[in-house]
Amino acid sequence: MAETYYITAFVAVTALATFATRVIPFLFFERHTEHPLVQHLGRYLPAAVMALLATIFLQRSAHWEAPFPGLDAMVPGLLVIAVHLWRGNALLSISAGTIAYMAIQQSGWV
Amino acid sequence: MQRPTFRLTLPILFGYVPLGMAFGVLFTTQLDYAWWIAPLMGVFVYAGAGQILAVSLLAASAGLAEVFVAMFVLNARHLFYGLSLLGQFRGAGWRKAYLIFALTDETYSLLTSRVRGENFRQEQRLDFRISALNQLYWVIGCGVGALLGQNVAFDSTGIEFALVALFIVLTIEQLKSLGASSLGIRSLGENFPVWIGAVAAAMAMMLLPSAHQLIGAIVMATLALLLQYRRSRQTAAKAGQDCHG
Repeated sequence: MAETYYITAFVAVTALATFATRVIPFLFFERHTEHPLVQHLGRYLPAAVMALLATIFLQRSAHWEAPFPGLDAMVPGLLVIAVHLWRGNALLSISAGTIAYMAIQQSGWV
Repeated sequence: MQRPTFRLTLPILFGYVPLGMAFGVLFTTQLDYAWWIAPLMGVFVYAGAGQILAVSLLAASAGLAEVFVAMFVLNARHLFYGLSLLGQFRGAGWRKAYLIFALTDETYSLLTSRVRGENFRQEQRLDFRISALNQLYWVIGCGVGALLGQNVAFDSTGIEFALVALFIVLTIEQLKSLGASSLGIRSLGENFPVWIGAVAAAMAMMLLPSAHQLIGAIVMATLALLLQYRRSRQTAAKAGQDCHG
């Protein structure tokens, strides 16, 4: 019973914390949509955030103490870029990179 | 109308199902709770990195205050996402609450980079359908993964790379929508946000412990964009003065 209470409260708290981060800008900046600064951030922030997410998560998926530091994630990462520039098909790029990464991790090639 | 929507969300389908499955497998193999709590979290929490963090918090039976702070900090990047969608979501009525609730990294990048038509209301309805489809994929992934983790032993090592690959693809798409030519050196001018993001990430990784790198990099990138905004305003003001003087 105590466990049921805990997991219920846990899910409620995680849901609330997550929703709070998403709704706050809409509560406090609603009247400033036309402000040039808000428009500036709206135009350029997405690209900056995507680039930093890609960089950080790519770094975290690599093993830096391996004989070729970072190569186990860099090779699949470059594969994603190459396939995406070549075919422009997101599915193909993502699966190619993921399969390559899984193969490398599971076989211990790098 | 429906087919293009589905096609738009296909990359998310192939990113979210495996990632949701990774979370589900993690949930049932690490914890003793019922499997269906995993998809339930997909419905009510709906945050990739957040839910994976939640598994380790649950495993440690963390206090609820600590859980709130940890989730808030991890998801703090969303604070900045809403800024670029204030106008786009305006007047969306009952759909607006859901659009805000469902604003994940991937939905955000899809909604900000897709081609938009003239009809504002119709585009909002399309935003809503995209958001709902994305969450559906996520919940399915969480559920299937939880059941798999409970019943089948299979080597899914490395499947989480789908998330990294997705972010790389979305960065390239952002570059395209900023009007750059491929990974272009030609139009370096419009590529600067990508460089700002990459440099901010590199600095955060060198200077901060891993728990604070994401928010640290986002703060640095936002500051850089603010500085750049101020400078461009000053240059514009000066140019205006020169004209009149």
